[in-house]
Amino acid sequence: MPSETEFQSSSGVTDLKRLESGLDALETPRSEKRSIGAFLFTLVSPLIAIAAILIIWQIIIWLQWQPNYIIPAPSEVWTALGEQAKADILWQATFNSIQRAAKGFVLALIIATPIGVALGLNKPLRSIFGPILTGLQQLPSVAWVPAAIIWFGLSDATIYTVVLLGAVPSIANGLIAGIDQIPSIILRAGQVMGAKGFARVRHIVLPAAWPGYLAGLEQGWAFAWRSLMAAELIAVSPALGPGLGQMLDNGRSLGNMALIIGSIFMILAVGVLVERVVFAPLRRRTLTNRGLLR
Amino acid sequence: MTIAQGAVELTNIVKRFSVDSPIILENVSLSVKPGEFVSLVGASGCGKSTLLNIIAGLETTTTGSVVLDGPPTLMFQEPALMPWLTAGKNIELALELSGVPRKARKPRAQELLELVHLERSYKQRPHELSGGMRQRVAIARALAQGRSVLLMDEPFAALDAITRDFLHEEITRIWKETGITIIFVTHNVREAVRLSQRVLLMSSRPGRIIREWDIGAEEPWRTDSTYSSYVSELANEITNNLREEIVRHAV
Repeated sequence: MPSETEFQSSSGVTDLKRLESGLDALETPRSEKRSIGAFLFTLVSPLIAIAAILIIWQIIIWLQWQPNYIIPAPSEVWTALGEQAKADILWQATFNSIQRAAKGFVLALIIATPIGVALGLNKPLRSIFGPILTGLQQLPSVAWVPAAIIWFGLSDATIYTVVLLGAVPSIANGLIAGIDQIPSIILRAGQVMGAKGFARVRHIVLPAAWPGYLAGLEQGWAFAWRSLMAAELIAVSPALGPGLGQMLDNGRSLGNMALIIGSIFMILAVGVLVERVVFAPLRRRTLTNRGLLR
Repeated sequence: MTIAQGAVELTNIVKRFSVDSPIILENVSLSVKPGEFVSLVGASGCGKSTLLNIIAGLETTTTGSVVLDGPPTLMFQEPALMPWLTAGKNIELALELSGVPRKARKPRAQELLELVHLERSYKQRPHELSGGMRQRVAIARALAQGRSVLLMDEPFAALDAITRDFLHEEITRIWKETGITIIFVTHNVREAVRLSQRVLLMSSRPGRIIREWDIGAEEPWRTDSTYSSYVSELANEITNNLREEIVRHAV
């Protein structure tokens, strides 16, 4: 049973205010700032692995274990990329590929978001269309390339079809998972505040589902990028202009192993760059804002 | 039927979740005057939360009528703040959803934070606040909706004793300052007696209002030294009634 003192009213508002302020100060968790050293380390740390790979690679070359047309030296790969750069192909191809992937990704976002919201909030719709969406997510979107070429020829439409079929299911499924994880108390609080229809989706459902949605976007980007590479590798045409996939195919047809490895590096580098520059900061900010960072 | 701002009229509310399921609420009638502070006390299974949800419009009645002058607002045991918004933005969201124009929102949110003594917490996020502070932001958010009736579903049950004690004074002060009608649900008899003007005891399975105590204490009387012994006596009396009600269910 609580003590009697609990019932003694304090002498006034200012008193209560001061007491409360003291209690608030005692109970507020202190936040810790991230040190600059730790921040620099997360920036530089991936380079350690890259350096290690380069050293091992160079050692293999010095051992002359395989001829150069099977495993080219790092310097040859560097030269091959330099030649592409001189011929104005390297940056053009990189830029084209990033632009295609970005456009496809934004388009996928626009298509997947309403689908995700509809299936996330509506159980009957989910049981009708959910399995198809999950099935599409399992299917490698490169499987659509032959069909897309027959439907659309060697055109941008073919490339975007494949990119969309890769990215849309991931984004939609991520959003659905995010909606499923919304605590019901948040939805009830929204209902009490009178959030209905579009306002409910915009102010309650989407922000509350954001962590899952973001995971879906990240996976959607990865699928968009790899689908694009598969499409570019198969759909090669002067009409399409250069892309990293086409550069890779060019290396294959010329039997130029250094160019093949160089192209693969470029594709990897873009993937890592986008993760580091776009998604990692977004993820970090989301977790920090919501107090989920460990 | 027109009704005064902040009044609540419940007439013969019956609630069952389906036709052959047990009755949750049986003939609950309750008349709350504008600006009144009423507590509902009862053991588990008395349907007090269901009753609040019905008044809030989150659940329907099987039969009976609920009359209010407009939708009330509801506070839960958890603060249920949006974790992606700062304290200030949480309040502004409530203001926006209540149709307050954009320019008026920030100053109004600041005012409400001042009312709950959190004027310095505008930019803090829920996870940076203590449990008591979060619940105060939730009070400010509830008031932001500009409703004349505030329903509270065991709002202080999850807080530690020191914080709960402060929040009792805080909610009393806010109730006086705003003149809002409060219907307060709790397990804690002393809390009910301390805060409200009227305490209603509910039976369990089915939930009915079985007794009512008018505390009627006005402000001067509440600071009187004999008041705490009066509160203790009344709390004991209500507790005994509550225990009798619980014993009825013993097997």
